[in-house]
Amino acid sequence: MSLLICRDVAFAYEGRVVASGIDLDVNEGDYLCIVGENGSGKSTLVKGMLGLMEPCNGKISYGDGLNKNEIGYLPQKNPLQRDFPASVWEVVSSGFAARSLFLTREQRLAAEENMALMRIETLKKRSMMELSGGQQQRVLLARALCATRKLLLLDEPVAGLDPLATREMYEIIEDLHKNRGVTIIMISHDIATAARYATHVLHLRHEPLFYGTTQEYLRSAACQTFVGGEEDV
Amino acid sequence: MLGEMFSYGFMQRALVVGLMVSLCSALLGISLVLKRYSMIGDGLSHVGFGALAIASVLGLSPLAVAVPVVVGSAFLLLRVSERSKIKGDAAIGMIATGALAIGVMVLSLSKGMTTDINNYLFGSILAMSASDVWLSVVLAMAVLILFGLFYRKLFAVTFDETFARATGLSAGFYNMLLAILTAVTVVLGMRMMGAMLISSLILFPAITAMRLCKSFHGVAVCAAIISVICFMLGLVSSYLYNTPTGASVVVANIFAFLVFWSIEKLRGRLAGRNSVA
Repeated sequence: MSLLICRDVAFAYEGRVVASGIDLDVNEGDYLCIVGENGSGKSTLVKGMLGLMEPCNGKISYGDGLNKNEIGYLPQKNPLQRDFPASVWEVVSSGFAARSLFLTREQRLAAEENMALMRIETLKKRSMMELSGGQQQRVLLARALCATRKLLLLDEPVAGLDPLATREMYEIIEDLHKNRGVTIIMISHDIATAARYATHVLHLRHEPLFYGTTQEYLRSAACQTFVGGEEDV
Repeated sequence: MLGEMFSYGFMQRALVVGLMVSLCSALLGISLVLKRYSMIGDGLSHVGFGALAIASVLGLSPLAVAVPVVVGSAFLLLRVSERSKIKGDAAIGMIATGALAIGVMVLSLSKGMTTDINNYLFGSILAMSASDVWLSVVLAMAVLILFGLFYRKLFAVTFDETFARATGLSAGFYNMLLAILTAVTVVLGMRMMGAMLISSLILFPAITAMRLCKSFHGVAVCAAIISVICFMLGLVSSYLYNTPTGASVVVANIFAFLVFWSIEKLRGRLAGRNSVA
């Protein structure tokens, strides 16, 4: 059974359909990359998978012991948070906020471990405001890991990062996928990376242009039109 | 001299209620400011003014009328501000000024009016009766306990509402809790501070603390301390120089803000110089 299943799912804003006909099966251990141009319905699909938006058609279901609330989510950059007074520890441990009123001992240890995984344990007491973009993303990823270790949903995780931080971020995600058995769904418009790391690709332009394994995708027409022949991966 | 000051019953009542309200408003203010909800505090105080005016004209207990009315308005204002399509800030402004106008009308139409409108708008230290104090203390304790109990959830909802909702936290519930606690705090504080000035107690300590503190916990502790100290300074100076209490507390808060703001700027400049050198 799959962790997450979409069957003929469609989303609409005020009656206007922005994405439709989406069929997905995310299995344990998958690394699914959802690609597409801006405004192609990617972020809407994310909201749907997180249960923040009801599909206007079709059904999204969760299986294999995964609950709707057990998706670790790395949101797109939020400008509101830039001046927010919060320490790294406060943000990471807030990944547990839905579970209990106060932090338990196990949660404390798990949060420490997740910070070590993200190589941010030395930043524990620092303020989010003082960190670089790459460090902030790793803090938010540690928070997502506190929420779950099963399935991570990453919305444009490298947007706005410099090349070095981008590479480091991809390596960390790959480490989680390969060595920690975390299932990954990543939103991106970076085809080259999708091809390098992902096991499956969904190419969205309001409806799926392609859905299948990465090898098949690289030979498909959808891939050729998107890349425009400029990149030979 | 301070001993003499607090030998008066009305001063003791003002001190107890004022300290509790200062603590509550400082803590709630952090989330309200960061969530861009500060307009709600202002709107609620105006609604509170209308409710108090009606209660006094009808001869009812002021808190017993104002608390439910303002809590009800908190629901309404939150709904309005979350649906940005109908211009949330404009709608809050309409509700606030509308309630203010109704309050003024009711007060001026009633013949047997004993209290000056001025006292409602800008506060009076004599406003608290002994029975009010008990209710105020109980309600303020409830606000502080709920805030402490839900501190981590309120942080999560304030920092990132989308993530909080995705992990199963009911953001709507905690936004509502925040609005209700704010409503109670506004009503408790407004007779001493005045309907026009009570929202400054919500804004100033949080914004002042954020000049220098860079963690949520740090801001909470710092805002609480600033708020309590500024209230004490305002209360004492209003007694010594016979100035209105509410305005005196706000002036103390302005000073605190200027001090913190200057230190922040100075720090920034020093850090800038160090990085150049």
